[in-house]
Amino acid sequence: MQDKLFKALLILSAIVIPVIGGGIIYSLTMDASGAFEHFGFWNFVFSDDWVTTAGRESYGALPFITGTMLTTLLALLICIPFSLPVALFTGEYFRGKKIATVLATVTDLLAGIPSIIYGLWGFYALRPIFMYLNLSPQGSGILTAAFVLAIMIVPYAASLSSEFIKMVPSDLKEGAYGLGATRAEVIRRIVFPTAGSGIFSAYILAIGRALGETMTVTMLIGNTNQMPETLRTTGNTMASIIANQFGEADGLKLSSLIAIGLLLFLITAIINMIGKILIRRAQHV
Amino acid sequence: MKQDTNLKARIFKNNMLYIVVCVLSALTAIPLLAILGEVLIKGWEQLGWSFLTEATPNAYKAMMAMQNGEPVPGGIANGIVGTFLMLLLASVIAIPVGILCGICLSEYRGNWFATIVSYLTDLLQGTPSIIIGIITYIWVVVPMKGYSGFAGSVALFIMMLPLIIRSTEETMKILPDTLKEAGLALGGSYWRVMLQVMLPASFGSIFTGILLAISRVVGETAPLMFTALGGAAISWNMDRPMSAVPLLIWEFFNDPNLQSLIWGASLFLLTFVLCLNLLAKRIAKKWKI
Repeated sequence: MQDKLFKALLILSAIVIPVIGGGIIYSLTMDASGAFEHFGFWNFVFSDDWVTTAGRESYGALPFITGTMLTTLLALLICIPFSLPVALFTGEYFRGKKIATVLATVTDLLAGIPSIIYGLWGFYALRPIFMYLNLSPQGSGILTAAFVLAIMIVPYAASLSSEFIKMVPSDLKEGAYGLGATRAEVIRRIVFPTAGSGIFSAYILAIGRALGETMTVTMLIGNTNQMPETLRTTGNTMASIIANQFGEADGLKLSSLIAIGLLLFLITAIINMIGKILIRRAQHV
Repeated sequence: MKQDTNLKARIFKNNMLYIVVCVLSALTAIPLLAILGEVLIKGWEQLGWSFLTEATPNAYKAMMAMQNGEPVPGGIANGIVGTFLMLLLASVIAIPVGILCGICLSEYRGNWFATIVSYLTDLLQGTPSIIIGIITYIWVVVPMKGYSGFAGSVALFIMMLPLIIRSTEETMKILPDTLKEAGLALGGSYWRVMLQVMLPASFGSIFTGILLAISRVVGETAPLMFTALGGAAISWNMDRPMSAVPLLIWEFFNDPNLQSLIWGASLFLLTFVLCLNLLAKRIAKKWKI
């Protein structure tokens, strides 16, 4: 009797997850439908209007989709040359040594810093440097946001890649050493090809993180609603436009913002799913 | 002779890679030190007893103090109280539900239902926090006709749940089946074996998971912006809008009059989060299965 009750309790608590997951999709779709019906789905996605004047309201998601894509890809590009060495450092060169634990702790702590503090640091410490170096006229903009975003995703990419580098069988590496290969050659010819798919999936998951990052980007991107023309100009991402305008929005604007939220949710969900599937596949090889 | 230079080139390349890896890895530590340094130096002077026990001043008071050349009075007590209450309510629900769901996923692994739930947990874990904010706004704030601390805890609950489920599930999967079988063979009923044998055996890593989940959500700003909203007075009432430390930082960031309080609040939040992180790491090491 008690066992049955306990099992029912287990199932009941597990049902919470599908309820929340399904509820998110249902509620977002319901509340976004106003915008999609008014503008048409593709029109909404590919329009770069953002007119809030009453009577002539017109909203489109393209500038923000572009902003999200630009910041994310740029962050990924900046992140790779740092996260890959960290992964090699902790997973190959100094594997199991104390110094590797120290570096792993450092990256763990980096991952733990709240995003609003990254934003503050970027705004007060990094922005003046960017202005001084003339990298962007106002200091804030897509480039600045992407740079801080890159620092934020380094820990995720590095720790996951490191796991896959550690999983490379040592007899493979020893075979190569036995044939006279140097360590650099072993890394290039054995470690990367073997751990490659796992490392790739680590970066996919890092992209998933960067897509939805809100506070840091909101504080650094400059918050303008036009199409970003260069990387030095200001812009907005899907997450930052919601953070900025959701509070005072109602009617069609609220629905449009929720529609952007739905798009963001779907994009992140797809990217994360691809990453998880790739990871599961990489782990079973 | 030709072979000799070839070998030298290979050794040179090998050494170069070694140096590049070490240098770039060392560079990664710079942002951590820079952020810690910045927050510590600027926030240190502000952090004091009154900073932790007094509520945030309104903009007018702060402006007057600045004009008179006095330090801005008040502190972040309203945020600390709000963060504590919302986190407490969220944890009280998320921890039992998360642990039970984690047990369920590990017990029924391979089953179609568990597989779907497991994928959805991943999905929920990867959902941007701003989306959680929107969804809580739709689910709680709109029907209740107002922002409230309760809505804030719901948002934090949704964020914590997948983290706790994952850590419970991973731990339960590692535990040897023989442990469960031994318990059942001794005549223990199923629920007793699960709750009094399996759960205590995995207590260390589940506890670590809970600490990490708390440290993840305590610094979240985006899901609280449209749910708890914030408020200047110390409030213990969950029906009313409520402040939180990260929300206060956001408020200070946007209000030029209150900007001098920003670093103290950041130092408080950062210290709390990093200590939780380090503590979780220590416990994980000590209680390793």
